Order: sequence, then structure tokens, then C-alpha cells
Amino acid sequence: MKTRLDPYLPIVGVIGLIIVWYLAVWYEVVDKVLLPSPSDTFRALWKGMTGGRLGFDFWRTVERTTLATLIAAAIAIPLGIFLGASEKLYRSVEFVVDFFRSTPASAMFPLFLVLFGVGDETKISVAAFGAALVILFNVAYGVMNARKTRLLAAKVMGASRLRVLTDVMLLESLPQTFVGLRNGVSLALVIVVVAEMFIGSTDGLGHRVFESQQLFAMPDMYAAIFAAGALGYGLNLLFLLVERRFVHWSGK
Amino acid sequence: MTLEAESASLDAASDGKTAMEQGTPTHVTIRGLCKQFDDAVVYDRFDLDIPRGKLVSVFGPNGCGKSTLINLIAGLIPRDAGEVLFGGKPLRDTKFGYVFQNYREALFPWLRSIDNIEYPLKLMKLGKPERRARTERLVAHLGVKIDLHRYPYELSGGQQQLVSIMRALVVEPEILFLDEPFSALDYEMTLFMRDQLQRIFVETGTTTVLVSHDLEEAVYLADRILLLSRRPARVADYVRYDAARPRTDATLSEHDFVRVKAHCLEIFQREVRKG
Repeated sequence: MKTRLDPYLPIVGVIGLIIVWYLAVWYEVVDKVLLPSPSDTFRALWKGMTGGRLGFDFWRTVERTTLATLIAAAIAIPLGIFLGASEKLYRSVEFVVDFFRSTPASAMFPLFLVLFGVGDETKISVAAFGAALVILFNVAYGVMNARKTRLLAAKVMGASRLRVLTDVMLLESLPQTFVGLRNGVSLALVIVVVAEMFIGSTDGLGHRVFESQQLFAMPDMYAAIFAAGALGYGLNLLFLLVERRFVHWSGK
Repeated sequence: MTLEAESASLDAASDGKTAMEQGTPTHVTIRGLCKQFDDAVVYDRFDLDIPRGKLVSVFGPNGCGKSTLINLIAGLIPRDAGEVLFGGKPLRDTKFGYVFQNYREALFPWLRSIDNIEYPLKLMKLGKPERRARTERLVAHLGVKIDLHRYPYELSGGQQQLVSIMRALVVEPEILFLDEPFSALDYEMTLFMRDQLQRIFVETGTTTVLVSHDLEEAVYLADRILLLSRRPARVADYVRYDAARPRTDATLSEHDFVRVKAHCLEIFQREVRKG
């Protein structure tokens, strides 16, 4: 049964979590040093994001993730279309794509460190590498799974091979491309945050989490974790909104 | 009927060439058509004439190659051998329209209905004003009352199929092919769309080939009913049905309709039993 209150249901979980958290702090289920209260954490989050170090680190991570995703999309979307347009071609590279897609991107850090040094290039390029494979795979499948009837319909109306590609295949692959972009940006964020923790970093959310932990500044650490969560959720939501706007026919 | 008499009448009927009525010029000439899928021979030296300005329904046992026939004629699948000429011309010099069974997958969901209809004109490199003018002319001509600025997925199934029929008609084709166009619609919508198609046919007089899996529909709409045998498909009969148009619900209970339908059913069942 649907009621007016249904849109507010997601808040129930949030409130539940905060209550459990308060109770855990109140009854000292966990050491007070390890688990600060929600109010301390959100105060740290607020202070950090408005004028503190956290805000700066947040935007550094946004920059890296965005750049990595842009690079990945710029390479993977055209390549995915090219490979997907010929099923034989895709089948011949499918194993390689699937293999590296299954390889944890973090295992590639040492290699990329040798190639690009300890700067931003390594973090961004590993993230772009991981995201590109995910996007490539989705775009290629989107193109390959273009409805045969739709392609035939365009052909029967006299569309050339190129017109079929630009007018039908590209648009047909858009919903799947957005699936790839959403997964790609999530993966890029994961890789960037991990890279910021360990590879000679001086900024970024990963660095903030790691440094706060080292300094035993627990409210700051939780604040940074929440900032990272909000970023991941926000990026996903952003792509969903863009998709809904431009791929209005998706799922219809 | 004796066995000889039956086979004699079948022989006469099975010749798609001689069954042509007097005075109607031939539009499509099919000679020696051959098609094989893996091991299955679907057509073997198949001959057929399609009269100009008439509506021909194609009916036959399941899997006999009804859709394959129009796909071969319209060039959607290549033929192994044989010749298909449209008033003496090959397919590439012929403007034709094709309506798919699955309108959901045949229309472009990213285009508004009106842009779907205009798409073939865009391929013909016509300018925007010319495209719009031709579409509006077609809409007025057919008396279509759909909001064409909606996206296909916002329309009902029947409306979507109407849009795809209009997309096929907007190029003013000399021949229109329809592959079981109403089989994905509910019965109420099917009845409505039958009459829409009949109206379109009366209005435009375009030679039309309709593949149908519903005998009532096949006869109701047709000037000629092409009955196919099992594979390899031959012309089992090529039945005339001359009832005046527009035909209505009352037509369905007229003696002539009942007689033709019964005859077609008899031929059909004979062909089914042969399998």
C-alpha cells in the first residue's frame, strides 16, 4: 500500500543508524577513543568541509576521479563502439578485456609507479585504466546488443552503414554506456582513494583518512570516510540524473 | 471430389502466374525464387505475380516461410537464386515501405513520433520544411489523430504501429509490405487497426502485401489470398475475394466472405495434414 509517507522511508534507516551509534557510544560498547559520538563526527565533518583541510582534500579527490573518468571515457567509448560494431573483432579481444577487467587495479600500482613516478599521473592513470575497461566492456556490449530489428529497419529505409552506426547503434548503446560510466566512476573513486592512502600522497580523501587514523584524530577520520561516501553516492546520482535527462527512453 | 480432380484443381491453382485476374496489370513478378536455410529448403523455383494496386494476404502453415517470402521480395534477406522485378525494375530502383511485427523494436525511441515518420525522408536528403510538409500531408490524408510530438513509448501499441505504418508510407512507396503487423496487439486494437489499414489502402491504393497468421484478417483485408504449402513453399491456392470496400463487421457474416474463408481453411488444413 502506498502512502504519502513513502518518499521519506529512506530516512528511517539513517535515523536508525544514528540511534544505534548513539547507544553504542552511550553504553561504551566500543572504546570511546575508537568510536566518537555522531555529534562529534558531524561537527568535525562540518568544520573540515567549511574551511578546514577536509574540504581541500575532498576537491583534490573530486579532481582526480573526474579526470580519470574523463580520460577513461574518451578512450573507451570510441574504442568500445569500434570493437562492438564488429562482433568478430570484439570476440577476438574479449578475453584480454575480461582478464584485465578481473585483475584488481591495485595490483597495477607498482607497474604504473615505474611508468609515471609517484606524482598524480600514477593515481589518475591507474584509475583511468580500471574505469576504461569497465566502460569499454559496457559500450561494446551496448553496440553489439543493438536491436536487430531497429538496425534492419534503418537499413530497409535506405540508411548506409555509416548512418546505421551514427543514427541507430550509437543511440542504442547509450543506456548501456551509462551503466558503464556509473560503474567506471565508482571504480575510479575506489582506486583514487586507495592511491591517496599509500603512494606518497600529501592530499586527497584517502590521505585524510589515513593521516587522521595515524594521528588518532578519530572524529576527523570518520568525517573523511563520510565525505568519501557522500562523494561516491553523489557521483552515482549525478550520472543517473544525466542519464535520465539524455537517455529518456532507457528501460522503456 | 476424386483424387485426380483434386490434384488437377490444385495444379491450376498452384500456378501463381496464371491465377491473375483479367485487366489488372502485374506489379511484382517473381520467377524461380530459391532460398535455403541450412538444411531446410524454404523456396525452390517459386513463381508468383502480385497485381498492381491490390492487397495480397499471405497465409499458410506455421514455419512455411510467409515472412521469409516478403523478406526475400523486399531484400531484407538475400535470395539464393531467382528474379524479383517491380514493374520490370529491380528492387534498388523501387521505393517500398516495410512494417515490422515488433513495432517496439522497429521504431526509434529516442526520436519523437513525428521525427520517426520523417526519418526516411531525412535519408532521402529532403530539407526540414519539405519533410514536415510531406508528413503533415500524410497525417491529414489519413486523418490520424495521434499527438505525434510524443515519444513512441508514450503511445499505445496500436498507435505505435500506426506510426510505423506512416513511416513506411511517408516516402510514397509503390509497394507496402507488412509482416504480421497486428499480432502483438490485443483483439480490440487489432479490429481497430484492421480498419485503419483498410482506410489507408483505399486512400492510397498502394500495392500491399500483408503476412497474417489470422485467416479472418487475411480474407477480410485482401483482394487476393495467397495460400502457401508447407516447405518448400508452393502456391497452394491464390484465392480472389472481390467484396466491395470499405468492408465492415457486416462483411464478416456475408455469404461470400464465409465461403471464401471456408475454402481457404480447407486448403490450409489439407496442407497442414500433408506435413
